[in-house]
Amino acid sequence: MAKEHPILETQDLTIRFGGHVAVDGVSASFERGSLTAIVGPNGAGKTTYFNLISGQLTATSGTVLLNGEAITRMSVPERTDKGIGRAFQLTNLFPTLSVRENVRLVAQAKARKGFDLFSVAESHVELLERADHVLAEVRLIDKAEQTVAALPHGDQRKLEVALLIALGSQVLMFDEPTAGMSVDEVPVILDLIRKLKSDMDRTILLVEHKMDVIRSLADRIIVLHNGALVADGEPAEVIALPVVQEAYLGKAPKSSETPEAPEAA
Amino acid sequence: MLTRLLSGDTPRSGLLTALLLIVLISLAFAPFLFPGTRSLETAARICIFIVLVASYDLLLGYAGIVSFAHTMFFGIGAYGTALALASTGPSYWSLIWGTAAGAVVAAVFALAIGLFSLRVKAIFFAMVTLAVASAFAVFVSQMSWLTGGEDGLNYKIPRELTPAFKLIDEKILDVRINGKLLAYYLVFFVSAMLFLVMLRIVNSPFGRTLKAVRDNAFRAEAIGYRVVWYRTTATILSAVMAALAGSLLAIWLRYTGPATTLSMEIMIDILLMVVIGGMGTLYGAVLGATLFILAQTYLQTLMGVAADATSAVPLFSTLVAPERWLLWLGVLFILSVYFFPSGIVGRLRAGRA
Repeated sequence: MAKEHPILETQDLTIRFGGHVAVDGVSASFERGSLTAIVGPNGAGKTTYFNLISGQLTATSGTVLLNGEAITRMSVPERTDKGIGRAFQLTNLFPTLSVRENVRLVAQAKARKGFDLFSVAESHVELLERADHVLAEVRLIDKAEQTVAALPHGDQRKLEVALLIALGSQVLMFDEPTAGMSVDEVPVILDLIRKLKSDMDRTILLVEHKMDVIRSLADRIIVLHNGALVADGEPAEVIALPVVQEAYLGKAPKSSETPEAPEAA
Repeated sequence: MLTRLLSGDTPRSGLLTALLLIVLISLAFAPFLFPGTRSLETAARICIFIVLVASYDLLLGYAGIVSFAHTMFFGIGAYGTALALASTGPSYWSLIWGTAAGAVVAAVFALAIGLFSLRVKAIFFAMVTLAVASAFAVFVSQMSWLTGGEDGLNYKIPRELTPAFKLIDEKILDVRINGKLLAYYLVFFVSAMLFLVMLRIVNSPFGRTLKAVRDNAFRAEAIGYRVVWYRTTATILSAVMAALAGSLLAIWLRYTGPATTLSMEIMIDILLMVVIGGMGTLYGAVLGATLFILAQTYLQTLMGVAADATSAVPLFSTLVAPERWLLWLGVLFILSVYFFPSGIVGRLRAGRA
């Protein structure tokens, strides 16, 4: 019996910027319904790795497979169509439009109605309903009419999550979803992510710095260091590895050498 | 019904509604309200420029694309109609095929420019359009065997659209019901229809996507929109609308030349009309075009009157001398941008909230 493909897989994924290798031969696979945290010091290549998967950057070598299909050379919208959803580190929304319009645009993209030139947008009631449904889920429905630029930072992050929910992608990628949020707002976002994983059986990739967030969410941790994958495994064991303590938490004195003894992937 | 006609995009401000109604009624009854050749010329020019400016706003205000090739598309439409009328005679058939050919050529040009240059940064696109438009203007003036060069083309239009054709012998409200009047109403109704079509386009799912692309193209891609295609389609639509406006001008003037269609001056006028009226709202095009053309046409007359009336006051009368009209137009522009940075429509709508 043929083995079922993992939903997402990167094989020897590499990108070079001139002489600098930002992501260096990273191979990892991600199973359905899993939540993987990607950690590493600043400049380790976490966001670059994300960009290679979601298509903002194209790999120098290596492959990205989604359900066994190579998507390495596809454009961002093509990958989005195939089922990759991405939220960004810096809030990245449509600032002059209303909260509802932001989500409605996602629903519209999904319904492939973007090239409909001759109907009135507001007449597509199902898209508006879909938008309101998602906004209710992230508890932003009261602010649906507001312009995004006028929204507090925490609400913008919630809207960022709302866009991913509306997109309904198989693979959801969050880049520091709680960055810059106040302490009491963080649990709201974490609940949303947890709910996405359990209710909807999505595969989630998460770049995160906060260890407590990782502990409470992740099934697995991948550690990147200088662009290379140096550890991959259960949260408890990965956190305990000396290489992680050294490279990520900075407890041991820094060594410029490549850390040895990575956990087998 | 009315909301449906306006595609749900109502003016949303009492004063704006009133101003738009004044413009609409004035244009609809212009031949009767403002008799005289000059005022009819002005009214027709306003109709045509509303379409032209709205089509530019579709690009600049909705899609966030800066193009300097808009007069080129305007010219392509005008020359298409003009060449057809000049070569195959003053029939409705030549009028229609010339207009259609102009629109198709404009669409092909827009597609080519769009696909070649909309992938790059906005500033490069603006530069490419500037270069292409300048080259096109030179090309037209050099091809004098075809285009009449700098002199342009004079041609006949179907007789029913000329002053020589009398619909009825009597005058109505002291106005001759002749072909010129028919030509005006052709311009008026086609302009109104094109405006409503554009209003529908900007309020369609496509128009909403354009706004998203304008706001954040990077994110638009990440939710699945192929940005280059949206930008290119917007460029094509805008070019076709501009070409149709050009055809109307060619029919109305019975003359087409570089100065009336292709000059950089017109390009700048369009830009000013969009900014004065308000970017990102088609109603801005209506007010911007109307005010600008009225100022262009009547400021000189008005200043002549003012200069005569104040001839006793030494410095002031020199300042308002008719030949200084361009200076005052400039002052008006600076004031309007200073006080209404979001344009007249933006200001009126904000005032309501």
